[in-house]
Amino acid sequence: MILAWLIVIPLAAGALAWLAERQSPRLVRWIALLALGVDLALVAAIWLNAPAVTETPRPGWLVEAEWAWIPRFGIGFHVAMDGLSLVMVALTLFLGLVSVACSWTEITERVGFFHANLLWSLAGIVGVFVAVDLFLFFFLWEVMLVPMYFLIAIWGHENRVYSAIKFFIFTQASSLLMLASIVGLAFVNASATGEWTFNYFDLLGIDVAPSVSMWLMLGFFVAFAVKLPMVPLHTWLPDAHTDAPTAGSVILAGILLKTGAYGLIRFVVPLFPDAAMRIAPIAMALAVAGILYGAVLAFAQTDFKRLVAYTSVSHLGFVLLGVFAWNELALQGAVMEMIAHGLSTGGLFAVAGALQERLHTRDMSRMGGLWAQMPRMGAVGLFFAIASLGLPGLANFVAEFLVLLGAWSVAPVFAAIAATGLVAAAIYSLVLIQRSFHGRPRREIRAADFDRREMAYSAAMIVVLIWLGLRPQPVLDAARPTFEALGVAAAVADQEAAQ
Amino acid sequence: MTFTAEHFVALLPITVLAIAAIVVMLLVAFVPSRTLATAATVAGLAATLVSLPIAARVAPLEVTPLLDVDGPALLYTGWLLLCTLAVVGLAAGYLAARREPPGELYVLLLTAALGAAVLAASSHFASLFLGFELLSVSLFALLAYSREHKPGLEAGAKYLVLSGVSSAFLLFGIALVYAEVGTLEFARISELLAAEGGGFYVAAGLAFVVAGIAFKLSLVPFHLWTPDVYQGAPAPITAFLATVSKGAVFVVLLRYFLGAGAFESEPVLMALSLLAGASMLLGNVLALLQQNVKRILAYSSIAHIGYLLVAFIAGGDVAVESASYYLAAYFASTIGAFGIVAVLSSAADDEAEMLADYRGLFWRRPWLAGVFSLMLLSLAGIPLTMGFVAKFYVVAASIEASLWVLLALVIVGSAIGLFYYLRVLVTLYLDPDDATLELQRQARLPAAGYAVLAASSAVVLWLGIVPAPLIDLVRRAALGLV
Repeated sequence: MILAWLIVIPLAAGALAWLAERQSPRLVRWIALLALGVDLALVAAIWLNAPAVTETPRPGWLVEAEWAWIPRFGIGFHVAMDGLSLVMVALTLFLGLVSVACSWTEITERVGFFHANLLWSLAGIVGVFVAVDLFLFFFLWEVMLVPMYFLIAIWGHENRVYSAIKFFIFTQASSLLMLASIVGLAFVNASATGEWTFNYFDLLGIDVAPSVSMWLMLGFFVAFAVKLPMVPLHTWLPDAHTDAPTAGSVILAGILLKTGAYGLIRFVVPLFPDAAMRIAPIAMALAVAGILYGAVLAFAQTDFKRLVAYTSVSHLGFVLLGVFAWNELALQGAVMEMIAHGLSTGGLFAVAGALQERLHTRDMSRMGGLWAQMPRMGAVGLFFAIASLGLPGLANFVAEFLVLLGAWSVAPVFAAIAATGLVAAAIYSLVLIQRSFHGRPRREIRAADFDRREMAYSAAMIVVLIWLGLRPQPVLDAARPTFEALGVAAAVADQEAAQ
Repeated sequence: MTFTAEHFVALLPITVLAIAAIVVMLLVAFVPSRTLATAATVAGLAATLVSLPIAARVAPLEVTPLLDVDGPALLYTGWLLLCTLAVVGLAAGYLAARREPPGELYVLLLTAALGAAVLAASSHFASLFLGFELLSVSLFALLAYSREHKPGLEAGAKYLVLSGVSSAFLLFGIALVYAEVGTLEFARISELLAAEGGGFYVAAGLAFVVAGIAFKLSLVPFHLWTPDVYQGAPAPITAFLATVSKGAVFVVLLRYFLGAGAFESEPVLMALSLLAGASMLLGNVLALLQQNVKRILAYSSIAHIGYLLVAFIAGGDVAVESASYYLAAYFASTIGAFGIVAVLSSAADDEAEMLADYRGLFWRRPWLAGVFSLMLLSLAGIPLTMGFVAKFYVVAASIEASLWVLLALVIVGSAIGLFYYLRVLVTLYLDPDDATLELQRQARLPAAGYAVLAASSAVVLWLGIVPAPLIDLVRRAALGLV
């Protein structure tokens, strides 16, 4: 029941926020904050209670609920949460709060509808992370898409219509392939057992002929690879991120991309282990290509947000590498990278949004020397930049280190090349700070520094990044039962002990 | 055969509808009251709807060799009547705003609905042709109803000529089939063909019949009339043409090409597959180029009939089920979409059909734009709407029947389709400009029109989230399952 509440609260709050627009914009913002805060408290309660959950019908799963929905096809409103879902939902709600906070002064028009879309999109994302009925998963996969489309198309920047349509078409076209695969998988099961079902647990481990399973797997894989995004399917990302409003960019980069990685871990490999392992070398090669390609292109950008957008392509390459290395170290690294990237890139987008709000430009050639005027913002920006480049002691370092370590035992060549991505990351991160905050002031800019609200949400993200950098164990512990239940090779456990 | 009370009960829907048409005709002739004519029409349609469950008690029953009143016939008749009712609601306000007399339009709508009801129950080529012509002849007049409106006259004339040709095709096809098998009853024909196999005349005859039907369904390459007629006709009539006229013809296909297992020959299926594939591709591609909302919806309807045909080609029970669900979703979304066009047209000198007329509608008329968005998302097959469940059904049906090429075309077509639906959608949310201020602010319909919009939105949303009731209804009524 608690899982249904997690989805229903933001949905209802979205409708309420829209109606509250007539009262006052402040009320709208507080409704959004309150709804996400309550949701986050519920998730915290589940997390704190997790060690006490010992007797569950399924190993590794903490909470589960199911209602009949479309009995004709054996479709149920079936949600469940394990450690992986828990971590991802917590990240979603945390960044949801940040995105409400960072659009506090940026969005002044149609505030109610903006927050309604924000909350509905978040409700869809939370749903995606807890759905264990494939039909429900697809349903919510689309529910998160439509409000995001509106966020970009209505409140975005210069090229918003083009970017929003491109984003929608890329995602939707690829997810139609996934729909075909989902139905195909259910049909394979139905023709074997005579019963239609879309239940994840029932479909796990059914016997599919190798040629068929390859096609079905590819349908899922393409949908998730577009979302992730994997080079060469990434071209929607720089446009969408650049033109989205700040909150949209934070959610896009922070969470939406992670639904792709989550889908790979949750569905692609467990449902089609053999087929997935057959394409693993190709996927890892593309992951490495993405790491380097994203980094090189990031270096060449002059637009602050576009630069950060390309770093996402690079960072998500590590996630893809970790997933297809498919051992516990690499997977733990991938999960950690999702969180670390969500926070550090989310933070950079928030800084970009704050800059745009003050300077009305994202062009770095028109910035420079901002530190003198805005020392607090400069310090925050610098922190997120060095978090992004993987400085030891911060969460990103732990993540990338684990991925490389895990990938090394499977594909040393790819791991070695991927490691050079870290060097490139250092270059583009420092270039970003150098061009915007350092150097001689280009012109007289009168702009206010970060105020208390902006410092508060930045500080929250900074604290989590440092905490996870110094003590990543809670996240690793939370996610471990998921991987154990999936039967991920524990052979590397002793390597982990050696650290 | 002798007529018993049961036969009259079974015929009740058709009889009531015919009486309603006559009553409204007399009423219009003698009492020139707008309200009274509308009320009588609505009452007639409502009475017919009420008679459906009564007729269902004696179904299935064969009434003369011409009509077979069974579960599917009554179910589809009900849907077609609901669409007609919705069109009446839209037309009432549309005509009032234009100061056009509504009476004759209602009579024509009722006779057209009668044709649709006959089609839905026909079990004989003679009744098929009767229903076909009743529907078409009413439509000629309906399309050209506004005498001052040149595009409407053009649309009527175009439809008259091309519809005449298609009827000739159909008639010639029927004659060829008759020449070989010597009967016009569907059931007999399929028995004879199953026993002896068809010769050259039957094959040629079926090809002509398929061509005639494909024209009505505006399948590529018989689609050329569609965009022009859609554009020229008054918006409520376009809605009627898109839903009732196409729906009734599709119901015939569904029931007798498939329900009774008739005509299951390879060449016919092959021909239908080609038509479906071409319609999905060309319909969607041509819609990309349009600036006119009615033309976009016209091409989109071509593509939608293509998807419907895919479900139909899949064959068997799943085909009836998925095609029925798709038909219902298509009806509700199309009525809603044209309803919005009708509302906006009420304030326009001409029809509000250019994309520019819809710019920024959301900021001036949020509810209208919300309904239109819902309908567009439903037509595009996005979740939370009926259109998504319908698309899911088509995918499921084509996978069950291993129609891989058609499935690929469904996916490609839907992906292309997204682009033009989004183009219309995004226009609604752009910053409004002053040129459309008056048009958008003053657009009004009487309560009946808004009721139609509210009802179609509720249906699209509710059955998109909780589709089980409709699925059960279709399985119970159309398949005798559950």
